[in-house]
Amino acid sequence: MMRINQILPSEITPQYTWGRRKFILQMSVGLGLALPNSARSAGDNKTSLEKLEFIKNKAYSTTESTTEFKSATSYNNFYEFGTDKSDPIKYSRNLVTKPWSVNVHGEVLAPKRFDLDELTRIAPIEERIYRLRCVEGWSMVIPWMGFPLSKLLKLVKPTANAKYVEFTTLYRPSQMRGQKTSVLDWPYIEGLRIDEAVHPLTILGLGMYGSVLPNQNGAPIRVIVPWKYGFKSAKSIVSIKLTETQPQTTWMVASPKEYGFYSNVNPGVRHPRWSQAKERRIGEFRKRDTLIFNGYGEYVADLYSGLDLKKYF
Amino acid sequence: MKHNILLFWGCFLPLIYLIGRLIFDGLSANPIEDITHATGWWALVFLLLTLSVTPIRVLFGKNSVLRYRRTLGLFSFFYASLHFLTWLVLDQFFDWKAMLEDVIERPYITVGFVALVLMSLLAITSIYRLRRYMGNAVWLKLHRLVYLILILVLLHFFWLVKKDVTEPLLFILISGILLGYRVDRWVRTQLTRTQSFSEK
Repeated sequence: MMRINQILPSEITPQYTWGRRKFILQMSVGLGLALPNSARSAGDNKTSLEKLEFIKNKAYSTTESTTEFKSATSYNNFYEFGTDKSDPIKYSRNLVTKPWSVNVHGEVLAPKRFDLDELTRIAPIEERIYRLRCVEGWSMVIPWMGFPLSKLLKLVKPTANAKYVEFTTLYRPSQMRGQKTSVLDWPYIEGLRIDEAVHPLTILGLGMYGSVLPNQNGAPIRVIVPWKYGFKSAKSIVSIKLTETQPQTTWMVASPKEYGFYSNVNPGVRHPRWSQAKERRIGEFRKRDTLIFNGYGEYVADLYSGLDLKKYF
Repeated sequence: MKHNILLFWGCFLPLIYLIGRLIFDGLSANPIEDITHATGWWALVFLLLTLSVTPIRVLFGKNSVLRYRRTLGLFSFFYASLHFLTWLVLDQFFDWKAMLEDVIERPYITVGFVALVLMSLLAITSIYRLRRYMGNAVWLKLHRLVYLILILVLLHFFWLVKKDVTEPLLFILISGILLGYRVDRWVRTQLTRTQSFSEK
């Protein structure tokens, strides 16, 4: 089943340029203007990333066209490197991700510290092309490489008390300059209910676009929960702890009225300061409607039957 | 006059730079957001420059700077208009329903919108003929709205930021100095007035 990814990085760059031109063109049309075309091709920094072997998981992948690699790696929210979306690519270069291990502990019978090599061998690496919706109102479509989180959790044998899963991002201010400021409480904590965590859509991501994760996207390992706002998908994880009580997640602590524990994508529940009804897909000109559970309702809506989504936002 | 012409063209530099970034791939993956932020940022900077004219005139005794105030104020309005048009055309693409909802329900948009409406009043009445028609006293009173506009614009900025309020706080600090200067001057005039009254 395993096969080598056949998409070469060189095939991505022209696509980016094309998308960029298309965007400027769309905008020119929208404005009734004719703007000179940008002839500059985008620099490709993807070649330096190690390739990953993976199998395509078509059942869980969207067929929508994917966001350009350059956009997905240069427009990021990763406050550990700064609050501007251009900060992560600029300041994450010196993050050391080797060696790396993830401590899986808490309400489990067999706690274990996994090093990265072990993690990559837990299950076959799948490609999952997921929509990503940021709480700020923009979205992307990203081909992730990873495996279901449930496969890892099974290995540590959760106890009956394990009701939640808490993820902790690396705390290393010497390499993460944003952690020298107090804009958020460090380290970054995110969490899921156990049924959300073992849901087949929830994956541990090791790569994107056929290669290992760039630092600015949460190298070397992160979680991806496609039906929730992007900040729920914790990056550069060092600890996965199973708990009996609901974790105190970073954004919830920072602003409890604005960011709930669930943070499911929901066009019907507005952020106190802005609407969530629409989103701008990066690379597109017109906004599109945001879908409930980011379009994954058929898979995840049952998880929340009987739950008041306005109260538990 | 020569200096004013130089200033006039200089005030277009931020726009030229922005267009350059757009054409030569210098914007982020979300160019509409960049354009919105850049035009809004410059509207506020020009507003603060406008309000710096009087303190500079008094503190440095340079009466000649007064003639730049109108140009700077109008450019603040110019960038605020671009900011508004970016929202109207690029961001919302004439989605009137969504925009009306925004103006009514989102406080940061409400205050921004009110600031723009007030600013356009000041811009229109900067036409010399209208100013003469209004009379100086009324005109001056109307143009004191600039202080309210500044406060609304600062709220607009402060409320829209997700978490990192460093930059809006910096602008609030600068504004505090510029407004504080005026409060100080006003208090002093009041004091001298009472003094001169009691002396009589």
